[in-house]
Amino acid sequence: MIKARITVTLKNGVLDPQGKAIEHALSGMGFDGVGQVRQGKVFDVELAESDKAKAEADLKAMCDRLLANTVIENYAVEIA
Amino acid sequence: MKSAVVLLPGLNRDRDMIAALTKISGTPPVTIWQTDTEIPDVDLIAIPGGFSFGDYLRCGAIAARMPVMRAVAEKAARGVMVIGVCNGFQILVEAGLLPGALMRNTSLKFVCRQVKLQIANANTMFTRRYQPGQIIRSPVAHHDGNYFADAETLRRLEGEGQVVFRYAEGTNPNGSINDIAGIINSQGNVLGLMPHPENLIEAAHGGSDGRALFESALGIAA
Repeated sequence: MIKARITVTLKNGVLDPQGKAIEHALSGMGFDGVGQVRQGKVFDVELAESDKAKAEADLKAMCDRLLANTVIENYAVEIA
Repeated sequence: MKSAVVLLPGLNRDRDMIAALTKISGTPPVTIWQTDTEIPDVDLIAIPGGFSFGDYLRCGAIAARMPVMRAVAEKAARGVMVIGVCNGFQILVEAGLLPGALMRNTSLKFVCRQVKLQIANANTMFTRRYQPGQIIRSPVAHHDGNYFADAETLRRLEGEGQVVFRYAEGTNPNGSINDIAGIINSQGNVLGLMPHPENLIEAAHGGSDGRALFESALGIAA
């Protein structure tokens, strides 16, 4: 079995109101020097597959077709 | 004219849409469930608002991958009119039937209020009973209505008259780019909008500004 971690982040230039709110909250809590905060998503996926290359191709297809909205989001696939 | 309404778990404006289509066309729409792979012969398919699949992952993302949406895409490709309202609009962009994306409102707040809409293109199957530039009222109720598209897509939408509704007179409730409230596909038969025209069709609603949209689509004289 292969375990993978998929990270989905907003593309540069896409406004992230939630990240902004978190950024302001952190500053308000007294954490000095907080710059930009961007919020993203993490998916831990288990795959019944032994071929790493095949798993990676499948995981990328999952990102393209469901896990990420590539209009606004980038993704990264990391196989443990 | 015959119509159909798509039903998905978590939608909650389906009854409003069914009532509006029934009252305006005189015939109740057929209803289609998420697992249906065939849609009967209709002129208009409506995807109502709500919170399909609890807005999990992204609003409309799961719904857009249900079997019924493949059937909707096939009908759309053959020229059948499709309208998506609110969550229905989010589902249409997630399904790739309309460009762009709908993001969290810049205020981070759920907005439930009346806004003003400008008819940015009155030369569509859905807006021909309105006047160009006409300002109408419409309710909105959403958390993720902040329309976004990359610069090139936006140029195309604006250049080709695909922006159909715009929030008017400073009433943009969600930070949507260029005040975009509703867009149409390049073929002119798939419309998505965040506001709820089906909730303003008779005196009991306090007005009927949304009625002409359905009259336009269903080919009914005002």
